[in-house]
Amino acid sequence: MGATVTDRTGVPAAGPTKPKRLRRGFTARDRRDFPIFLILALPNILLIMAFIYRPLITNIYYSTLNWTLGSKYATPIGLGNYREFFTDPDSLGVLKTTAIFTVATVGGSMVLGLMLATVLNRPLRGRTLARATVFAPYVLSGVGIGLVWVFIFDPVVGVLGAVLRAMGGTSPEWFNKPGLSLVMVIIVYVWKNTGYCAVIYLAAMQAVPKDLLEAASIDGASSFRTFRSVVLPLLSPTTFFLLLTTMLSSLQAFDLIRIMTPLGNGTTTLMYDAYLQAFGGYNRAGYSAAVATILFAILLVMTVVQLSFIERKVHYA
Amino acid sequence: MSVAMPAAGSLGENLPENERNDANRPPGPLSRSNVVATLVTGYLPLLLATLIIALPLIWMVLGSLKSPDEIVTQDLVLLPKHPDLDAYGQAAERISIGRLFLNSAIVTVVGSTIKVILAITSAYAFVFVRFPFKRVLFVGVLVALMVPPQVALVPNYVLISGLGGVNTYWGIILPGLGTAFGTFLLRQHFLSLPTEIMEAAEIDGASHFKRMMRVVVPISGPTIVTVALVTIVNEWNDYIWPLVITNDESRMTLPVGLTLLRNIEGDASAYPVLMAGAVMVIVPVLVIFAALQRFIVAGLTQGAVK
Repeated sequence: MGATVTDRTGVPAAGPTKPKRLRRGFTARDRRDFPIFLILALPNILLIMAFIYRPLITNIYYSTLNWTLGSKYATPIGLGNYREFFTDPDSLGVLKTTAIFTVATVGGSMVLGLMLATVLNRPLRGRTLARATVFAPYVLSGVGIGLVWVFIFDPVVGVLGAVLRAMGGTSPEWFNKPGLSLVMVIIVYVWKNTGYCAVIYLAAMQAVPKDLLEAASIDGASSFRTFRSVVLPLLSPTTFFLLLTTMLSSLQAFDLIRIMTPLGNGTTTLMYDAYLQAFGGYNRAGYSAAVATILFAILLVMTVVQLSFIERKVHYA
Repeated sequence: MSVAMPAAGSLGENLPENERNDANRPPGPLSRSNVVATLVTGYLPLLLATLIIALPLIWMVLGSLKSPDEIVTQDLVLLPKHPDLDAYGQAAERISIGRLFLNSAIVTVVGSTIKVILAITSAYAFVFVRFPFKRVLFVGVLVALMVPPQVALVPNYVLISGLGGVNTYWGIILPGLGTAFGTFLLRQHFLSLPTEIMEAAEIDGASHFKRMMRVVVPISGPTIVTVALVTIVNEWNDYIWPLVITNDESRMTLPVGLTLLRNIEGDASAYPVLMAGAVMVIVPVLVIFAALQRFIVAGLTQGAVK
């Protein structure tokens, strides 16, 4: 139907080419749809352009300025902010913190999530409730969760310190030693996000064909061997998906770091540095924009890597 | 039998009587060794994981019901002796937590309502309305899903504060209104709807608006609920933008106000008040999650497993 209206070649539409013809050009009736599309979709598209795409471009421009937030005057300094970042020894610390935080949180929540998923995948009573419980922290406010854990980790009045003292130890100085602060924030981040990995892994495990598992069982494979040689390879697309999505969110982690360690002593990742530089009292908008641009470049590379892997949909043995 | 008992460990002692005496039988599904294995490798980790997640949250609630004396003490107080809501009253005095709660509710309700409407209309447009370069535009929306808005804090701050949006509801809400997530999820769902229904409505001469409201929306209930719930939770928990754009208690949302509370209350005796604040920001989401977790989990894990 309708194919002859737009058929400019005059050749009667032959069967197989028909669908192609339909795509060519727009009929008058199609054009009546255009304003409707604009009414329905344009507000959303404009908002996305104004508050997601525009800032990305503007940010790159801001990153070339020596500019104090709130000031009317800015000096263009080209790549000065970037030069400062890559020559400042503090930045090396920021990059190191970012790397440690990202690797530890991604690794921690994925490994624990996988272990949890294998347990949740067994026909145990109460596993539905357990699944919901472990997922819950993922949807809770990072600020609220951060406060709860500050209370738990408090070396003087916290319950963790009390337990350690009862066992004859002492509470570590979680808030005063930069290294320990980082460990603390990592623990809480993993606590909050493991359930997400577990639920995603669980869904993938439940999609593993039963006959493969039966075949492995008939061949006399142990349950561990079946997991390692059959289930795990089949989970590899999920592993890649999780690896990159959790990496992206770890690189953007903010709430827990801000509420648990406001000064960022030992916990200043790229994301937190971008915030602190502009809004943490220095008001260095230009430098902050440069840090944010570096972070964005990293995120972009990871997204491209992710997309190219998802495109291949491979299974790794 | 009496020799084998201690080796099996204390876990076996909780078993019913009839399963205690079958150690010599070949291992069946309910044999002693199997039951012990299920307990150790199944129920034990399950219980452990559940406790690790639940205990901190219970500790938070207990903490909010304690008096400062029960916090600042040599001996750990597990349960408050006289549980009361004093800490909540103090939170109301110190940072007017009722006001913060109201602000969060206003921002969440207004923001989520607009976002869900925008998601429905634009997803409908992307699926059912003809327009040139629709695909390119949709890819643009999709890419926005991966672009973290907080990476571009400064430009949005400069724009909104320049328009006078500091300490205003619209200043908090506006920059987050564009919705890539909802559009994406609803578009996927609309594409799966049977085409016959739409064709029938089209032949009946129903306008796009009528088709959307009378046909598409009513049969997409669960997906719309999913989008709405995930949006509500995200708006409620949203932190970095409200933190940047407000500095006055009259417009702060709960998470921002709690940050202020943590900054001004350095003393350990303030923990009940802080826990009261944490309860107020966490428990509403926990209640929604407990009631409707099916939708929320589905929404947040969509697209992960092909």
